[in-house]
Amino acid sequence: MNFHLTKEQTLFEQMIKGFAEKEVKPLAAEVDELERFPEETVEKMARVGLLGIPVPAELGGAGGNNVMYAQAVEELSVACATTGVIVSAHTSLCIAPILESGTPEQKKKYLPRLASGEWLGAFGLTEPNAGTDASAQQTTAVEDGDNYIINGSKIFITNAEYAHVYIIFAMTDKSQGVKGITAFIIEKGTPGFTFGKKEKKMGIRGSATSELIFENCIIPKENMLGKVGKGFGIAMKTLDGGRIGIAAQALGIAQGALNETVKYIKERKQFGKPLSAFQNTQFQIADMQTRISAARLLVRSAAFKKDQGEKYSADAAMAKLYAAEVAMDVASKAIQLHGGYGYTREYPVERMLRDAKITEIYEGTSEVQKMVIAANLLK
Amino acid sequence: MNIVVCIKQVPDTTEIKINPVTGTLIRDGVPSIINPDDKAGLELALRMKDQFGAHITVITMGPPQADNALREALAMGVDDAIHLTDRKFAGADTLATSHALAGALRNLSCDLIITGRQAIDGDTAQVGPQIAEHLDIAQVSYLRKLDYDGKGTFTIERTVEDGYEILETEAPCLVTVLSDAYPSRYMTVKGIMEAYAKEVKVWGFNEIEVKEEVLGLKGSPTKVHKAFSRGVKAAGELYELDTDEAVGTIISKLKEKFII
Ligand SMILES: Cc1cc2nc3c(=O)[nH]c(=O)nc-3n(C[C@H](O)[C@H](O)[C@H](O)COP(=O)(O)OP(=O)(O)OC[C@H]3O[C@@H](n4cnc5c(N)ncnc54)[C@H](O)[C@@H]3O)c2cc1C
Ligand SMILES: Cc1cc2nc3c(=O)[nH]c(=O)nc-3n(C[C@H](O)[C@H](O)[C@H](O)COP(=O)(O)OP(=O)(O)OC[C@H]3O[C@@H](n4cnc5c(N)ncnc54)[C@H](O)[C@@H]3O)c2cc1C
Repeated sequence: MNFHLTKEQTLFEQMIKGFAEKEVKPLAAEVDELERFPEETVEKMARVGLLGIPVPAELGGAGGNNVMYAQAVEELSVACATTGVIVSAHTSLCIAPILESGTPEQKKKYLPRLASGEWLGAFGLTEPNAGTDASAQQTTAVEDGDNYIINGSKIFITNAEYAHVYIIFAMTDKSQGVKGITAFIIEKGTPGFTFGKKEKKMGIRGSATSELIFENCIIPKENMLGKVGKGFGIAMKTLDGGRIGIAAQALGIAQGALNETVKYIKERKQFGKPLSAFQNTQFQIADMQTRISAARLLVRSAAFKKDQGEKYSADAAMAKLYAAEVAMDVASKAIQLHGGYGYTREYPVERMLRDAKITEIYEGTSEVQKMVIAANLLK
Repeated sequence: MNIVVCIKQVPDTTEIKINPVTGTLIRDGVPSIINPDDKAGLELALRMKDQFGAHITVITMGPPQADNALREALAMGVDDAIHLTDRKFAGADTLATSHALAGALRNLSCDLIITGRQAIDGDTAQVGPQIAEHLDIAQVSYLRKLDYDGKGTFTIERTVEDGYEILETEAPCLVTVLSDAYPSRYMTVKGIMEAYAKEVKVWGFNEIEVKEEVLGLKGSPTKVHKAFSRGVKAAGELYELDTDEAVGTIISKLKEKFII
């Protein structure tokens, strides 16, 4: 048993903390207020290798691991949860399925460009009538010679028009149900592929979330990811990994809210004392820190198991379920401890509570995480 | 071109707290960092490498944990690292430190030696110039900008009290760099993964040709007469603003601290 980060992970922690503090934090409030996608931050992250952490060096990545990837999303989200999810969707939802299910040609074509950040990635599973029940896909892919013709739409897709590569799921054979779903790699600019409505959101407002529309969009067969009918399995496996990223995002939000609170309660005085002198305040931050530390252990152990090639599906679900709950709870307590100031946009904890909520919803709602955890117990 | 950068691992003084009772520094748990001037020196070297191609060696003298500083430099993109460490080097003042470093530098071929102007802990600004004297090469201290013609001539801007001088010198030479001259780049993730796979050469007394009597405590003529701490005051913040903006800033700062 060893709870320490490796030497590389320790050095990485130093780097990512500095990067988040200096490059990401100063933009967080503006990106939220203006609903602005932080393109300049994406460029900076690309330059230091943050967009290809777990990609092997021979495929143009950093040759890092999933623990480091979780560290990155956590620290970025301490500063700005929008930035955290850009990296998470790109890495977990686009790079990972290509890395795990792509052909050698697909890996060679897509991974170096995704890992270098030249291209950003996205993932389109959700449809208006297929949310939690992702198997109810209505998007279709019809075989036509050497191609597939795709029709349908996807909603709530993160990285939206800022991405270049999209992992898209479609029904190739409705009669087969779940076994009739196939995954495809689709590039921006393919005729018949356009963007629909951009969502206005409660939180992570700088992250782009849009509808993707496919109208007779012709995709060559070599862009099929995995085999025909294996798409649902690829989607589920991808989301298992993605949950580590979202759990890390939730953890970061919670840590960020606690950091702000500790700073604030030492400065704000009432009844002639700093708030930090009241025992209730101390008990609150003690509870917050304890739950954050527990969440971090869950996140790191799920990432570690993935790195070791062990089963981690239930671990990732527990990490996400718990970390998301902690993020909501800690952000809410952070506002309470700030009083009225915390309810205003003068202080970042207001944003943090709005950002926290999504972590209970995307990449499987908290209810879905419980289904995964229970199914693992009952099998 | 061969460039050698001398770096020192120092306690992060911005994180140092003062024991209110004894008035002494609390060093426990204070993270160690690469001296800020030296980081600018690393950046200068890396820019020379990007622009002209260069082989960069980084060297530090210090205890075993100074290895971290060398790994950080490797992760930023330097090619080689040397760790000078030996019981015989312990207790060195600036003179003995510079003798040891100069000894190591004699083993290397270098066109440009870069040091920081000053270490944030020792604060003497002596080590760089002393190294240049031991090696008998040209030195330019307080560098704020360096240009290279690609053929062996450096044009250097050197900060002086109320302006700067422009100097020209030939390789080999030593420069001491100011921390804000070259804001340093981040380590890359790939660099971090490779930093521990690379070898850090560990050199002791036997690897350098320097007389034992000029090294370590024995070679240190400086004797500390008395150490004391000055009264402590919280660090201030300096703003240069016009009057209207300044008033607004002061008011918002006072509000932030709930003074008004
Ligand atoms: C900002 C944002 C970004 C997103 N990014 C992406 C993306 O990049 N790619 C992508 O494919 N999708 C994305 N999504 C979609 C997201 O994953 C879905 O919103 C989520 O899976 C829930 O689906 P739904 O919204 O249709 O809710 P529904 O499925 O309608 O669920 C509504 C409620 O019912 C509950 N519920 C549903 N079924 C059951 C059940 N059987 N038992 C108990 N409770 C149940 C749910 O838990 C939830 O509380 C994103 C969503 C948002 C808001
Ligand atoms: C009076 C006095 C007594 C001291 N006694 C002791 C003692 O007993 N034991 C002890 O351990 N220390 C002692 N020191 C500290 C030690 O001598 C200095 O830290 C060291 O010589 C460097 O000097 P400086 O910190 O002033 O560096 P500066 O001269 O300010 O540093 C300038 C530059 O030189 C380079 N440099 C400096 N030191 C190193 C290094 N070690 N490796 C690589 N590059 C370097 C860096 O590029 C740095 O930016 C003493 C210092 C003084 C002033």
